[in-house]
Amino acid sequence: MESKGAQFEYIYEKPESLREVKTHYCPGCGHGIVHKLIAESMDELEIQDKTILVAPVGCSVLAYNYIDADGCEAAHGRAPAVATGLKRVHPDKVVISYQGDGDLLAIGTAETIHAANRGENITVIFVNNAIYGMTGGQMAPTTMDKQVTKTTPYGRDTSDVGFPIRACEMLATLERPVFIERTSVHDVKNIRKAKKAIKKALQNQAEGKGYSFVEVLSMCPTNWGVDSQTAVAFVKDTMAPYYPLGNFRDR
Amino acid sequence: MSDKILMKGNEVLGEAAIIAGCRYYFGYPITPQNEVPAYMARRLPQVDGTFLQAESEIAAINMVFGASAAGARVMTSSSSPGISLKQEGISYLSGARLPAVVVNMMRGGPGLGNIAGAQGDYYQATRGGGNGDYRTVALAPATVQEIADLTIKSFDIADKYRVVVMLMGDGFLGQMAEGVSLPEPSNQKFDKPWALSGAEGREPNIVASLRLNPEDALEKLNDELQATYTQIEENETMSESYMTDDADYLLVAYGMSSRICRSALRALRKEGVKVGLFRPITLWPFPEKELQKAAEGKQKVLTVEMSAGQMLEDVKLSLNGTADIDFYGRTAGMLPDIDEIVRRVKNYGK
Ligand SMILES: Cc1ncc(C[n+]2csc(CCOP(=O)(O)OP(=O)(O)O)c2C)c(N)n1
Ligand code: SF4
Repeated sequence: MESKGAQFEYIYEKPESLREVKTHYCPGCGHGIVHKLIAESMDELEIQDKTILVAPVGCSVLAYNYIDADGCEAAHGRAPAVATGLKRVHPDKVVISYQGDGDLLAIGTAETIHAANRGENITVIFVNNAIYGMTGGQMAPTTMDKQVTKTTPYGRDTSDVGFPIRACEMLATLERPVFIERTSVHDVKNIRKAKKAIKKALQNQAEGKGYSFVEVLSMCPTNWGVDSQTAVAFVKDTMAPYYPLGNFRDR
Repeated sequence: MSDKILMKGNEVLGEAAIIAGCRYYFGYPITPQNEVPAYMARRLPQVDGTFLQAESEIAAINMVFGASAAGARVMTSSSSPGISLKQEGISYLSGARLPAVVVNMMRGGPGLGNIAGAQGDYYQATRGGGNGDYRTVALAPATVQEIADLTIKSFDIADKYRVVVMLMGDGFLGQMAEGVSLPEPSNQKFDKPWALSGAEGREPNIVASLRLNPEDALEKLNDELQATYTQIEENETMSESYMTDDADYLLVAYGMSSRICRSALRALRKEGVKVGLFRPITLWPFPEKELQKAAEGKQKVLTVEMSAGQMLEDVKLSLNGTADIDFYGRTAGMLPDIDEIVRRVKNYGK
């Protein structure tokens, strides 16, 4: 460190592709981190003015208020279909489908699988927080065994409602996806890995390679009814062992 | 106008869409409109367009949402049960102010019903099958030629007002082959400064129906929509009055049933019975004033539909107690009987 009066150098700046606005996300929520990783990747790949972001229905319904690019709404679960329509008209632009677990794996399962199976040249960012955040904490398809939610007050009973679905493994049975990776934002090391995967997934699209899918395990302290630290521990100790982190495809 | 050629309604629809500049089609198979996707699958690649068979009608209408948000002219087609699945998407399109053309070649219902032509989706098209205060323009062609001409018009109305236009045919009309002169493109141009294309050289655009603040955002959107609908009512209402001036009795019917009424009218006129036909071409906006004029002084108004009496409500609302109204309808893919219409009208004079 230099002495008094020296010029300070910025070693961290808000990404250009992130708007200067107050967040509506809860303290300790993972969505904001994922938004930032997308924005940083957009900056680095210089695709801000080529990007069209499709926001889901879920807590991130206003994602286009944060990512400084063209933004499009989609009905609950239909983001991959909306992204397909956008991309087919603008094959030279970068289309991101940003989705939660209820959106992507419950109401929108068909759209998820078929966009992947067609190999649409889009990037799907899947924020898995094991719960329905926006509607106040109901069971998601990714809710953990025995996890208590508003609609599983006695804990998820897998003999009644089945086991949590592993999206990456399911999509990896399909031929066309070129990139499938599961990441997490529960600590700095994993945030860095998530960033790398998101950037790769966007780069693939910009290079015309095809369908890329990044799952991000993420915290919802509010609807899990815990503090931020406990939420981080839940991702690390409960979610990550069931949803193994790592790459499932990289062509 | 080109020379007359013989074509099926469903195929003419596809060709007219291409003439109108539509290069994107998303759909899911359902009888009796399968000729439309088959035609588009063959023709669109020849004109550098995109045909995509979606995984469901829900996916198809949301692909339409994306393509329309991207600024393209886009169409989907289906038949009754499939149109039910598209309703959420139609509501979203309306709320996001996106133009689109949605074709319904109606079949017998409710439920899976059957695959013959019917007119049981009039309520769904004119009252809005999805949620919220929105309207879809509903155009009802009665001939294959009119399918062609109204398809061109559908795209222009959709773009001009940023609304969803529904083309309401039925299984008989879609699968019927008739002589048709392919229409010329209208060549109307519509700027779409709201469209998404990546924000290069401009501020980012957002396409959404979500308006979280009820007072100055959602209600404002609804007020704008209602103002647009008023303009559409003023500018786009279409109907045909046939031999109504000297008539004692008036038949009211649209689409396929209007053709049957025309045959009944001819038979009745031959016998000296003065009967006229009023045919709404836009089901919404309903040609209220035009019907009032056509029905003036008539002894009886007979509404004929391939439904249990849906347009009948609009006829009653329009005439508001000023006329004596009767109804004759067949459902489930059955056609109204010409002899029955003739018998009824002759009976009115007794
Ligand atoms: C058709 C329809 N059904 C239900 C809802 C209500 N709804 C809004 S968000 C949501 C679930 C969101 O959960 P998730 O996708 O996991 O995203 P999160 O909020 O956790 O980020 C539901 C059920 C809706 N908006 N539309
Ligand atoms: S409810 Fe959960 S997912 Fe939604 S903003 Fe709060 S912490 Fe994030």
